[in-house]
Amino acid sequence: MSMTSTAIELKGIRKVFGNVVANDQVDLSVRKGEILALLGENGSGKTTLMNMLSGIYQPDGGTIKVNGKVVHISSPEDSKKFGIGMIHQHFKLVELFSGIDNVLLGSSKQEFFLRKKRINTVNQAVKDFGLSVDLSKKVYDMSVSEKQSVEIIKVLFNGAKILILDEPTAVLTPQETQVLFDILRKMRDNGCAIVIITHKLNEVLEISDRVTILRKGKSIATVTTSETTAEELTELMVGHAVKLEIERPEVEVEDSPLFSVHHLVVENEDKINIIDDISFDLRRGEILGVAGVAGSGQKELCESIAGLQKVKRGAILYEKENIVDKKPMDIIKLGISMSFIPEDRLGMGLSASMGIRDNMLLKNYRKSKGLFVDRKKATETANEIVNKYDISAPDIVTPVSRLSGGNVQKVLLGREIEAKPNVIITAYPVRGLDINSSYVVYNALNASKKMGAGVLFIGEDLDVMLELCDRIMVLCHGKITGVVDAKTTTKEKLGLLMTGVKEVANSDD
Amino acid sequence: MNTIIKFLFAAIKAGVPFLYGTTGEIITQKSGSLNLGVEGMMYMGAFVGFYAGFKTNNIFLALICAFFTGAVAAFVFAFLTVTLQANQNVTGLALTIFGGGFSTFFGEMMIKFTPNGLPKLSEEFIKGLSEFKIPFLSDIPYIGKLLFSHNILVYLSIIVALLCWVYLRFTKYGLHTRSVGENPAAADASGLNVTLIKYLNIMLGGGICGLGGAYVSLVNGGGVWNNGCVNGQGWISVALVIFASWSPAKAIFGSLVFGMFTELQIRANDFAHEFPFLGFLGHIPTAFYKMLPFAITALVLVVTSISQKREGNQPAACGINYYREER
Amino acid sequence: MINLVHVSKRPEPTKIQVVLWYIVAILCAVFISGLLIFVLKQNPIEYFKVVIMGSFKSHLSFKAFVRIFVPLLIASLGVSVAFKMKFWNIGAEGQFIMGAVFACWVGLKFGETWNHWVLMAVMLVAGAIGGGLLGIIPAFLKCKFGTNETLLTLMLNYIALYLVLYLSDGPWRDPELKGFSNIKQLPKAARVDNIAGIDVSWILALILVVVLFVYFRYSKQGYEISVVGDSQNTARYSGMNVNKVVMRTMFISSAICGIGGMLKMAGEGSSYTLGVGIAGGVGFTAIIVAWLAKLSPVGITIVTFLFAVLEKGCGTAETKFNLSASVADIVQGLILFIILGFEFFIRYKITFNKPVLLNKSSEGDAKEEKE
Repeated sequence: MSMTSTAIELKGIRKVFGNVVANDQVDLSVRKGEILALLGENGSGKTTLMNMLSGIYQPDGGTIKVNGKVVHISSPEDSKKFGIGMIHQHFKLVELFSGIDNVLLGSSKQEFFLRKKRINTVNQAVKDFGLSVDLSKKVYDMSVSEKQSVEIIKVLFNGAKILILDEPTAVLTPQETQVLFDILRKMRDNGCAIVIITHKLNEVLEISDRVTILRKGKSIATVTTSETTAEELTELMVGHAVKLEIERPEVEVEDSPLFSVHHLVVENEDKINIIDDISFDLRRGEILGVAGVAGSGQKELCESIAGLQKVKRGAILYEKENIVDKKPMDIIKLGISMSFIPEDRLGMGLSASMGIRDNMLLKNYRKSKGLFVDRKKATETANEIVNKYDISAPDIVTPVSRLSGGNVQKVLLGREIEAKPNVIITAYPVRGLDINSSYVVYNALNASKKMGAGVLFIGEDLDVMLELCDRIMVLCHGKITGVVDAKTTTKEKLGLLMTGVKEVANSDD
Repeated sequence: MNTIIKFLFAAIKAGVPFLYGTTGEIITQKSGSLNLGVEGMMYMGAFVGFYAGFKTNNIFLALICAFFTGAVAAFVFAFLTVTLQANQNVTGLALTIFGGGFSTFFGEMMIKFTPNGLPKLSEEFIKGLSEFKIPFLSDIPYIGKLLFSHNILVYLSIIVALLCWVYLRFTKYGLHTRSVGENPAAADASGLNVTLIKYLNIMLGGGICGLGGAYVSLVNGGGVWNNGCVNGQGWISVALVIFASWSPAKAIFGSLVFGMFTELQIRANDFAHEFPFLGFLGHIPTAFYKMLPFAITALVLVVTSISQKREGNQPAACGINYYREER
Repeated sequence: MINLVHVSKRPEPTKIQVVLWYIVAILCAVFISGLLIFVLKQNPIEYFKVVIMGSFKSHLSFKAFVRIFVPLLIASLGVSVAFKMKFWNIGAEGQFIMGAVFACWVGLKFGETWNHWVLMAVMLVAGAIGGGLLGIIPAFLKCKFGTNETLLTLMLNYIALYLVLYLSDGPWRDPELKGFSNIKQLPKAARVDNIAGIDVSWILALILVVVLFVYFRYSKQGYEISVVGDSQNTARYSGMNVNKVVMRTMFISSAICGIGGMLKMAGEGSSYTLGVGIAGGVGFTAIIVAWLAKLSPVGITIVTFLFAVLEKGCGTAETKFNLSASVADIVQGLILFIILGFEFFIRYKITFNKPVLLNKSSEGDAKEEKE
């Protein structure tokens, strides 16, 4: 490749939210006329990094250079001025407007009056890029791929020379993905610099010129696509297997499943099967890991088990009782003691304005007799988990919204685990926790396992899962790509299963 | 026939303050802010407009002052809710209470400092705001009297409403405003300055409400100051926003309808006399006519929410403050 | 202009900080209005002395103070219940009125025949039902169709108001009052008792403060309200029936307002009769009071006390200083504006933008990558 000038150069970028370091020491550069894939696991800081280019966030350290000049991007307005256009994963479109109005929103090419013929000027550009979408339609009438086209047209029409796409293919069919890739290639040939965030390896290999890999908020490496392989990328993305010395107690596992899912199908708002016909069993005394890149259906799986998500088809059997379509209250009433530790802790698992004590009451406040809430027991439980999980809080009545993210998490985990349930469903329980706290969580889960509970552990750190779980189930695009024995499998194999490169993974067997 | 023309003529006039208030509130809500301070802004505009007219004898200056006052009051609202992220409902209500107090307080002062205790606009001023017959057009039978012989503030209200309609519906800046009201994150990502757009529209809206106040104190009061002049017309304007489904053009029609309700309170008996078949009008209690604008609006609100229509609703982000880093 | 400054969230303040801010804000508001009075060539210190003493200088003035204090207190308590759930009940005014209407009907119908205590109890219940019914309509529609509760409760205020006008003009008009459209005074048995010349509604109001304090803090329902107010998802997750909680809470909120209306209507202050001025804006002021008091019953009592002293005092000062009593409204508005403004500085942190920002933290707002 001939030397081309650099469009964007990031040096030592750092971004901190509270006490979570989202990005640290990130270096990245994109040249004009190339497609750079930004690869990384869930939580590796890809979106945060790109949001600093689009003006949503501002870095806490480091420098951003655009076309060789150091710039300060403090708003999307600035970002646009520098010729940067970002297509967010969740589209930023005004649903009530037509496509054309969305494209021209904020464009200098929009004349003072909104004339009928304005659609023609854009339509020409649409054709030039090889896109096809009826811009006179209202956005709320559009399909997902049409909405994405509108976003792309908008960015291009504004003359962006640097294009950032955040997981653009997550919502597309394979055919639509090919159309998108053709457009991206055409733009690259026209001299645009393109960054595409993704974690689908086959797509990275297909579309990109170079790949920058982020892991845990840091930039790990940048490789040239033509000189790399899926295996190498996976290894860079997930890192070398690290020995963590997490205990994995052997527990006699019963044959009959405690809990089983049969042909479960769940639709999202866009009528796409976010969970697509999956079946599995969870046994007593085991930890079943669920691995997969973000958005593979983990959240929906958890919520359908907890009775919070509408299920399209299939059954979830708990001791031969189908709990699909039962309300959370009914599930509790059936005597099923199930603990769900949701991903969105303050929005779903805890009440933000209440203290630790009152949050202990959330699922059992009804149990006390009479009109009043019994806080005596809750006070005990609260003090217990504060000690056991080493929660740092001023006291047990300070609103949990004032605690740091890690402590909030420990409150929720502590409550759910200490309720001694038969089934524990937990999503990313150690995210944001320091090492010591993480071990507290592992031990607590193991203790539950020893007592005969079945644990469904939705995780992101493969090292942890390899040592903690008994079996690992891999989800990819709402389907199960494999269920492996955690004691014998390898990290690379999991990585490949996660990215949907099934053939490679299976050839290993 | 004469009764009908007289009635409609009066209804148009009665609807004018609503039209100003509604147009102002539509602009405000379209930019994503629910300002419940219409009543207060109208009061403040009413007093300052009157005082300026009283002191300077200049209609134009009185209107400018009223507009400016409304805009300043709205600026306080904008500063608190947009920059300081304060709750919009509470801020708006506080503005209503404050505006009412402001107008009464200074109104009383004005009464006290006027030698005969009766602040009255000059004859010349009142004449300038009296009915004005547009040449030729006003000679058309019936229609001429009905449509072309009003005072200038009536025409101004319709011009303002039409301009706002064109602005919101057909111009680039109106598009920007609507996008901020529907989805500020999208507007922000498009490179629009959401804060600036909100400020400008809230202040423009407040200014127009101020003009509505000026109409009330300068025209409706017959040139004499009255402390309670706005008397709930700001709240009717808020109702009319919903009735007009957030369109200033529909608000012109809506203000006529609401004006008719207002006039029916006084004229129902005339109708009953003139047209025996309308006799029932005279039997309907006044309270019913007063209630109608609100009852119809409540009904419209419920029906639109049941029908789940996308268009003709309150802007999606109306009433919610926008903070960029919130996800 | 926004680009010059950067705003980030900071942890929630402690109670002491909040109280300190409030005191500063109130002093600021008083100072600004003092300036206004000074400009008008009056002595602001003397003025506020009279204002403060206005409620306590005689039995009569204290009585007048209580008449302002009690309805405002009850209405503020009422709206605070809905606000705790983040349900925007702007309809306290209408609910107050409907309570009075229902109670008035009972009083007029059975006032001559029933025993005083039975009557009082039934009127109290009728008032609660009247207010509650008006409040449960928007709650139901909100749950069922997502109807905007702010706008609907606002409209219902006026529907209730003009219902009173209709009643006093028509069916309930007292025929003995020639030329006037007034509703007949309640019979003796239907009137709220006086103790030492002051009607007992203040006792009920203070009991309500205690009841609500306990309700919010110790009851299961109060617990549910807090959870639903924080996050409906969390409520659903823990197995609550969110719609049921919303409707029940809104009923309680508006029923309390209705009780306020009943007590005012059957009291000496409104000459034991229902008139169009029965609420007189108390439902709107209540929203401001509840908000200023951060929805705490004790806080509401304090704020209401201050507001009532202010309102009564400004009335007293009106004659003495020849200054309109509407100073009260101006000061109330100012207090709220200033506190709302101050609250921003408690909740958010402002940093001025420089090319590179270091060590910026926003604790308690930890955000994780959400991909």
